[in-house]
Amino acid sequence: MLLIYCPYCEEERSELEFRHGGDAHIARPTNMADITDEEFQEFFFLRDNPKGLIFERWRHIHGCGRFFNAARDTVSDKFVMSYKAGEPKPDLSGNAPATEKTVETYEATEGTAK
Amino acid sequence: MADQALRKAPLAGRHGGSAGARVTPAGPATRLSLRAGTDALGALSAAFGLTLPTRPKTSASANGRHALWLGPDEWLLIDENGADLMAAAASSGVLHSATDVSHRNTAVLVSGPQAAGAIASACPLDLGNAIFPVGAAARTVLGKIEIVLLRTGEDDYRVECWRSFSPYTFGLLAEGAEDVGL
Ligand SMILES: [Zn+2]
Repeated sequence: MLLIYCPYCEEERSELEFRHGGDAHIARPTNMADITDEEFQEFFFLRDNPKGLIFERWRHIHGCGRFFNAARDTVSDKFVMSYKAGEPKPDLSGNAPATEKTVETYEATEGTAK
Repeated sequence: MADQALRKAPLAGRHGGSAGARVTPAGPATRLSLRAGTDALGALSAAFGLTLPTRPKTSASANGRHALWLGPDEWLLIDENGADLMAAAASSGVLHSATDVSHRNTAVLVSGPQAAGAIASACPLDLGNAIFPVGAAARTVLGKIEIVLLRTGEDDYRVECWRSFSPYTFGLLAEGAEDVGL
């Protein structure tokens, strides 16, 4: 079972209590009525979908109910850290990104076992 | 024809469990879903007669009344004596949001040396003594539903669930109690 650290409950809780909330740090334009369709598309629909480190909103919906942000590696599914909503995006450039080598597949671990 | 409507408890007459963990429906209680800011906590605590807890996973209890921390500005209040919690909240005179959820919820009591095991059969929360001591409380999940769990004693737990989910709650806990009793 995946454990996720909730910054409001101050402990790791089961993934069953959480819900994913999309990308974090997406700033809503303050001049919404003035922006072009392309700019709206960029803000509303287009996401980077990176392989590796991503910053996401999560909600501890079956716990304290709070939204918070988390940095997660999309390759290893490891939660690097989580922090309260409203706090600045942390600089994690020093973290070595996960690579495909870190993924344990059946083929990689058992495939050639005799 | 009866000239008076009878209130029927959702789990009336049910019993279950094992020698290790008894599972019984809790009696009727009044309940409040409370939201309030930090500056209102003093007056609200005075109005309820117990200190609203501000630390995660904690609760306060006095004379059959319980205040459970659910979130940074959210509490569940339970009064087993049926006191008027709405009136108590209103008497505080400070800004807050209170909703009477007395009949939205019902509760199942799980007691016995293997009570924690019976609950853990369907609940992912760590129920170890160090991390979930007597008085600890948390909103979490039980199987497919959301519950609020309160540890009322060394071997005693109160499982609050929504009324329409109570047969599921009771069945799952009774099954868990039988399994740990084997
Ligand atoms: Zn939480």
